[in-house]
Amino acid sequence: MADYTAASLPQGISADLHVDLFGKRLAGPVIAASGTFGFGPEYAGIEDLTVLGGISGKGLTLNGQPGNMGERLLETPSGLMNSIGLQNPGVQHFIDNELPAMKTCGTSVWANLGGHTIEENVEGVRMLCEAGIDVLELNISCPNVKQGGLAFGIRAKDAEEVVSAVRKVCTVPLVVKLSPQAESIPEMCKAVEAAGADGISLCNTFQACAIDLERRRPVFDNTFAGLSGPAIRPIALRMVWQAVGAVKIPVIGLGGIATGRDALEFIMAGASAVQVGTANFQDPAACVRITAEIGQWMDAHHVASLDEIRGCARG
Amino acid sequence: MSAVKFQAEVLENLCIAPDICRMTVRWPVSAGLPAPHAGQFYMLRSWAFDETPMLSRPISVHDYDAEKETLTFLYQVKREGTEKLKALEAGQSLSLTGPCGNGFDTAEIVRTAAGRPVAVVGGGIGTAPLLLLCRELSAAGCKLELYCGFRDQPYGLEEFLPYCAAVSVATDSGAVGYHGLVTEILHPEQFAAVLTCGPMVMMRGVAKLCDAAGVPCLASLERKMACGLGACLGCTCHTKVGAKTVCKDGPVFPAEEVFE
Repeated sequence: MADYTAASLPQGISADLHVDLFGKRLAGPVIAASGTFGFGPEYAGIEDLTVLGGISGKGLTLNGQPGNMGERLLETPSGLMNSIGLQNPGVQHFIDNELPAMKTCGTSVWANLGGHTIEENVEGVRMLCEAGIDVLELNISCPNVKQGGLAFGIRAKDAEEVVSAVRKVCTVPLVVKLSPQAESIPEMCKAVEAAGADGISLCNTFQACAIDLERRRPVFDNTFAGLSGPAIRPIALRMVWQAVGAVKIPVIGLGGIATGRDALEFIMAGASAVQVGTANFQDPAACVRITAEIGQWMDAHHVASLDEIRGCARG
Repeated sequence: MSAVKFQAEVLENLCIAPDICRMTVRWPVSAGLPAPHAGQFYMLRSWAFDETPMLSRPISVHDYDAEKETLTFLYQVKREGTEKLKALEAGQSLSLTGPCGNGFDTAEIVRTAAGRPVAVVGGGIGTAPLLLLCRELSAAGCKLELYCGFRDQPYGLEEFLPYCAAVSVATDSGAVGYHGLVTEILHPEQFAAVLTCGPMVMMRGVAKLCDAAGVPCLASLERKMACGLGACLGCTCHTKVGAKTVCKDGPVFPAEEVFE
């Protein structure tokens, strides 16, 4: 029996899978989505992380928080509800303990940061940029924190304010991760672009609810939780389509992508790259598998580079 | 070494009691796979990534045979996921991600015991990870006594006989052994340490007895999990020393950190 190796791209894919984003060359179009991939090293024995376009680490807040009590996970038809509540060790702990290992993964390091106030966001961004990250993903879209998680993610004016403040101290490419709960996706995208974002990623989980019949109470202590997975994919794709139509900055599409064909739909809608989240739980080698499936589709259809098909569905 | 994902061949998959099955698979360490140790677990999936249930199922290592390069899982058939595991036949394969979790620190347990006996306390399917634990501790020269609680009919206990000086059984129904709770027949003060896995209510009772007797106790926890790797934080346990992932920081914790 051949020796075990972590999953990597199969031999013989000739399509160019690189993505040029923010003046950098990413190895592939698939980025591991925040909250589903730890900080990366957990997956090093499972798949070849150098195939990825990047890893967006578990969402951070300046001072860390313990996350939510009670149930945190619930499987739904083609979906997964979660109520983690931004559990994280805080920015300084991340810089001291997790970032060094994340940097050894051989792919671009995306730090995902959320905050309850503009000041917290600004301070966290300043610290992360000093510590040396490749991309800052500003999370204004966590549905699972009672106060603050989504505070900046509903109204365009609030988002513009926090993005403008963060922009002043952010020395790396700034991507803003949007919520599907935004009042208007096009207005939100335009506001974030005007405030100086370099890119947009969307969308985060959809606020959802489940009731435990035996207890006659909501399953989750917070009543609502975030729904992800293939169940939300067509809605996420519609929002990515709207975002691409609203702004000139790159849009990174995510929401229920589980196969190469799913990812290609987002690219044909105009996404520059994609993120893969919940699929990592269905298949811990999903990021590499999806990248391979994209390459195989491109080869079968004589597409040499993703630039040839990006946005092609828009006519 | 960190967890790997491997498509393992099923060698045997038998039901040994109502709803309780035992599956042995090939785990070729000679091909570079990491060897598991007692208390660790794997994420099992015998269905495609796009089939239900959404998540793989965390199942503890029941036994590991280094010579034969086989892994054995003892699991309770509950709903769709474990029904699909039960349907596997020899010659088929399934996806394993692991080994996951910290497992029991057997070297430290042997040091703590210092020649005195150790009690191993299981409840129902919670006995599953205790077999490899007993095998490893016995091989390290530890004297062991097993206490087990079941609702009605015990299962799998004969496997423990080579490693344990005594096996005591309690059943809710009184069908076998002591009629009552396993915590009613356990006397922690007779032991250097107590190692337990089973329902939370049982482990809480064991932890309380150990605390009163001043005997160290390790408990192996079970939680719903999405990744099994410490990535999603879906299985977090709020302990006295902060939020811990059951899948990566655990599943084995000092009982006093977990229970009041």
